Amino acid sequence: MQIISEVREPLVTGGKTIKDVTNDIARHVENQPTRLWFICMAISIILLGTGGYFVGDLAWNGIGRWGLNKTVQWAWDITNFVWWVGIGHAGTLISAILLLFRQKWRTSINRAAEAMTIFAVICAAFWPVIHMGRPWVGAYWVLPLPNTFGSLWVNFNSPLLWDVFAISTYFSVSLVFWYVGLIPDFATIRDRATSAASRFFYGILSFGWTGSAKDWMHYEAVSLILAGLSTPLVLSVHTIVSFDFATSVIPGWHTTIFPPYFVAGAIFSGFAMVLTLMLVIRKVYRLEDYITMEHIEMMNIIIIVTGSIVGIAYTTEFFIAWYSGVEYEQYAFINRATGPYWWAYWAMMTCNVISPQLFWIKKIRTSLVWTFFLSIIVNIGMWFERFVIIVTSLHRDYLPSSWVYFTPTIHDIMSYVFTFGLFFSLFFLFAKFFPVVNMAEVKAVLKDSNSKVYRARRTLVNEPLPQLEENTVEAK
Amino acid sequence: MAMEKDKHYLIGVFSDHDDLLHGIEDMRAKGVKIHEVYSPYPVHGLEHALGYKRSWMPKAAFGFGALGTTLAITMQVSMMAIDWPMIIGGKSYLAVPDFVPVSFEMTVLLAAFGMVGTFLVTRDLKPYKVPRIFDIRATDDKHIVAVDLAANKLSEEQISSLFKEAHAEEVYRRDFADEEKSPSFISYMVDLFTNGVTRSSRISTHR
Repeated sequence: MQIISEVREPLVTGGKTIKDVTNDIARHVENQPTRLWFICMAISIILLGTGGYFVGDLAWNGIGRWGLNKTVQWAWDITNFVWWVGIGHAGTLISAILLLFRQKWRTSINRAAEAMTIFAVICAAFWPVIHMGRPWVGAYWVLPLPNTFGSLWVNFNSPLLWDVFAISTYFSVSLVFWYVGLIPDFATIRDRATSAASRFFYGILSFGWTGSAKDWMHYEAVSLILAGLSTPLVLSVHTIVSFDFATSVIPGWHTTIFPPYFVAGAIFSGFAMVLTLMLVIRKVYRLEDYITMEHIEMMNIIIIVTGSIVGIAYTTEFFIAWYSGVEYEQYAFINRATGPYWWAYWAMMTCNVISPQLFWIKKIRTSLVWTFFLSIIVNIGMWFERFVIIVTSLHRDYLPSSWVYFTPTIHDIMSYVFTFGLFFSLFFLFAKFFPVVNMAEVKAVLKDSNSKVYRARRTLVNEPLPQLEENTVEAK
Repeated sequence: MAMEKDKHYLIGVFSDHDDLLHGIEDMRAKGVKIHEVYSPYPVHGLEHALGYKRSWMPKAAFGFGALGTTLAITMQVSMMAIDWPMIIGGKSYLAVPDFVPVSFEMTVLLAAFGMVGTFLVTRDLKPYKVPRIFDIRATDDKHIVAVDLAANKLSEEQISSLFKEAHAEEVYRRDFADEEKSPSFISYMVDLFTNGVTRSSRISTHR
């Protein structure tokens, strides 16, 4: 039975019943993968394999293979690291912050967004590890373990060590949050399973969940507290990533606005990636009734807000560089806009500041084609943002004799390709074997999400009612 | 040898969670002791209707969080200021502001893991657990109310009629063998391959 709501568009359209939710979502896990899935998976594995060859080469021959040079000691590696961490932020934002704010529209998209977070953080973690040059001793150096050199410890004054704690905590807490959310849905799939293999696999994964009222009571408390813990965590992670730069003395990096600016940028790029992936999943898995135009519009509105914050941050940086009266700081910023990397700076400005403003137009923010196109543009822009911050600040130091121009080598490019292969391989595996929409949460909002005045409002604006099932009723 | 089935339950099946909530309140007011309710999603207010005390998970989270903060501060102070004091970048040994990020992260880490671990242990959720499933539709689209007949003074017929008054769509009886011991991991694995994860004796025919 679907009841139509009073004040807002339904969160799930098509007159779905609770049974329909189970059937629609579990079907993708139970059925054979489609040909499209095999094609996507094959492409991802090719990217992973070819990129993996170059990564192996880096491990064997060293990161001298990259285009790093005398002043540009960080380039694509840390750009990609910050970019991937940023991509991850939308997942936690959707699952945690929107949960705390009781935003019910998050329920259809939180599962895939959280999966995206976890895979993006794995890709992010790859960069500092490989950047260390000898990754096999990385754990030994960065973790506070007793070592054979005597009582020598890691440096807790260093933002790079804060990163180790921030990223590993972020990854593990996100993983736990995601997994706890999956348990009830695994139980649903377990109880529907027809093959011994699925019963075994989902039986193990579901941890013996039965859905008892006591389990649900504690489960909800756990989810809410995990959301409460993840909210400051997500803000802290990118704040700490920004400290890698902000606590230094390099002109262009030593900027107090970095923590909020990086967090806003992370949410901006993360939402863009969520949109890119959601639009694909929605189409491939025919989830139009679950990921509705309302969801897409809400995410586009978040993109306008965060894109505008990022725009203000760029302007503030320039103002403060001028206002500081420090000529090196002023030069760093003028050099960004007019120096050898002007093209990267203006690509960043166009993609991040100008293009999201198009979403003020309702026709654009409710258009699938525009949304898909602009979501990719935003991600390109956010990559350029990190590239501009890192490379333009490093390529000209205090000695003009050491000024250089950074050009990526094939190894820079292919190790980036490797992380794409890794990300998409993991994501497509997730999309096949795990429920991509949180069934339990969608079921919980199904009744509340629909309204009685919705029908009246539709009639008032002369919009036709959606085709509803016979069992749809209006609430009294 | 067939196991004796010595646990008897009356099962009420509900579709609508409002009917479920009101029904449970009415039944409890009339003296019915409810064994447990199984739902495909969390029903708000159900724990109050069933008279459960508030979840104590927040307390577990706070305790583990406090432990995380203490461990982090102790670790950083002991390593940086006591065991290997060294001035780096002009900062003092005891650079307290620098200890904030790691202390915060460890607080969150221990609070999250500690609370989730507590949840899994206290609710006996583990990968090789064999759940007792009253009705397989509880993870799909129905709310299943189980009443232990032995724990109630009312007769099966009286409880059944109360279920019907509460708008239960279906009322039926389930009998289980009372197994006090959980199966071992090996017997569970054997069972998985032979009968499926939820043992055939425990799967309802009601789908």
